[in-house]
Amino acid sequence: MSVLILAEHDGHTLKQATYRAVTAAQHWQLPVHVLVAGHTTAAIAQEAAAIQGVAQVIQVDAAVLAHPLAEDIADLLVRAGGDHTVILAAHTAFGKNVLPRVAALLDVAMLSDVVTIVGPKTYVRPIYAGSIYATVESIDALQVLTIRASSFAAASVSPGNAAPIVMMDVSTTTAHVRWLGQVHNVSERPELASARVVVSGGRSLGSAEKFQVVLAPLAEKLDAALGATRAAVDAGFAPNDIQVGQTGTVVAPELYIAVGISGAVQHTAGMKDSKVIVAINHDADAAIFQVSDYYLVADLFETVPALTEALG
Amino acid sequence: MKILVAVKRVVDYNVKVRLKPDGSDVDIAGAKMGINPFDENAIEEALRLKERGHVSEVVAVTLGMAACQDVLRHALAMGADRAILVETDVLLQPLGIARLLKAVVEREQPDLIILGKQAIDDDAGQTGQMLAALLGVGQGTFISAVDVHEGEVHVTREVDGGTETLALRLPAVVTADLRLNEPRYVKLPNLMMAKKKPIQTYQAVDFGIDASPHLKQLTVANPPTRKPGIKLDSVQELVEKLRTEKKVIG
Ligand SMILES: Cc1cc2nc3c(=O)[nH]c(=O)nc-3n(C[C@H](O)[C@H](O)[C@H](O)COP(=O)(O)OP(=O)(O)OC[C@H]3O[C@@H](n4cnc5c(N)ncnc54)[C@H](O)[C@@H]3O)c2cc1C
Repeated sequence: MSVLILAEHDGHTLKQATYRAVTAAQHWQLPVHVLVAGHTTAAIAQEAAAIQGVAQVIQVDAAVLAHPLAEDIADLLVRAGGDHTVILAAHTAFGKNVLPRVAALLDVAMLSDVVTIVGPKTYVRPIYAGSIYATVESIDALQVLTIRASSFAAASVSPGNAAPIVMMDVSTTTAHVRWLGQVHNVSERPELASARVVVSGGRSLGSAEKFQVVLAPLAEKLDAALGATRAAVDAGFAPNDIQVGQTGTVVAPELYIAVGISGAVQHTAGMKDSKVIVAINHDADAAIFQVSDYYLVADLFETVPALTEALG
Repeated sequence: MKILVAVKRVVDYNVKVRLKPDGSDVDIAGAKMGINPFDENAIEEALRLKERGHVSEVVAVTLGMAACQDVLRHALAMGADRAILVETDVLLQPLGIARLLKAVVEREQPDLIILGKQAIDDDAGQTGQMLAALLGVGQGTFISAVDVHEGEVHVTREVDGGTETLALRLPAVVTADLRLNEPRYVKLPNLMMAKKKPIQTYQAVDFGIDASPHLKQLTVANPPTRKPGIKLDSVQELVEKLRTEKKVIG
């Protein structure tokens, strides 16, 4: 009887989403185990072992896991899953890819993007682009779920905590899939999912160049991550991994600044839990104003540089 | 090569979905229905692969009540060659759907199965991965590009931080992201023609598969709402509010 968390990391450190998953895992009041799989993961396993509330770390280290495939990670989770009551990950591209596969292998249902854990088998999760919250109960003995990271606080690190680290082998790896390569979008900005401030732009920015010229100085001044609407991404103004919304990343920073964004539900689904929301739009009836704390009815090309300036 | 595309009938994305007064479920009676947007990308990609000469047949499949035929007609009108309806009035959830789709895959023996990456009603995003697991094949999720090679497909996946490219040995399951393509418009004559194409119907019970729901919806509610926003007149006022009232900037 324990909770197993699939850790997510970048090869060097844990993603903040994993700390948040550890907080979510405390709801069952069972020992929390963390699976760290990858290549040269010793430091990451140690980092996981120091998180408050972690009882055990399962470390899997192999060269083939340098670029982990869903097929292999799912098999590891099934093997490590044995007597676990809950298998849990953050609802990130990584977690979304792996956990449904795990659930099907174990013949149980899965709950995606859980925002509240009500009871041991009862959850609240958004449906219809977050316009409705459903309370759902599972009948399965084993619970498999992804949690919305921004709905849970990050567990703290306690240097005194040193959970035991046990090693697990990779038995077989998939013959169905080969990893060919990746394109990493380099950015000097903080990671979108965990940034304290997010500055997002819409299609109205007009070009990739203007997107940068107008928004980057403001983001820099606020040490903010950049975000974008789907319309801005589709137009090629911004990279795909900074899309905020129903089908992109869900964020809940301290401050979210929406620049030239209309406020479609598919976009607000990804940002309306932000603590403070500011919107700049020249349309006095823009829907984004309905989810904003403060708004300016103004031209973005004048207002954003003025705001950057006013921040000193 | 043969492609199977799974499509779902959902409430149109422009509809603001309401709750039933007793909060037991959403009220979608009479709401405009249509094909799940991501599934439209899935069909479009199958058709493009066919137009490029890689594919001999594109088969669309859906599961549910007889009314779900309309999304199959849509797929046929876009250019799918055949369509299959697996009829059931059981409340379908991703695991049940994956199990039924597995039975269809075993009958049809497609080389590639394309699904949308998520449905915009339950927003679960599970069915493709579950189907791949049950079939014991490789998966390529959230794809924005696909290329056919000897015995395999190469897919570009949209992941946190950028993109990733994988080679999947066929048969394989892939799930479409919106940026995979721009789906073609369905022209009226094609819709008329699609009415004449046959839809093969199976009864889910005949598959002898347990597709019953594992998740019970207890209640639905509106999410917490935000207070109406305050209109400000200048950036100075905004900076002041953020600094002294909300204390979110230094
Ligand atoms: C299945 C599906 C999934 C989707 N998922 C997402 C998602 O995850 N994320 C997402 O963002 N969208 C998503 N969308 C798209 C969404 O519906 C909207 O189309 C999109 O969010 C609109 O982007 P936008 O606000 O940049 O553009 P628009 O809606 O075109 O709005 C532009 C706004 O800019 C304002 N503006 C123009 N010029 C200026 C100026 N000079 N100064 C100030 N304001 C100006 C206009 O008044 C307008 O309000 C999805 C859609 C579908 C169908």
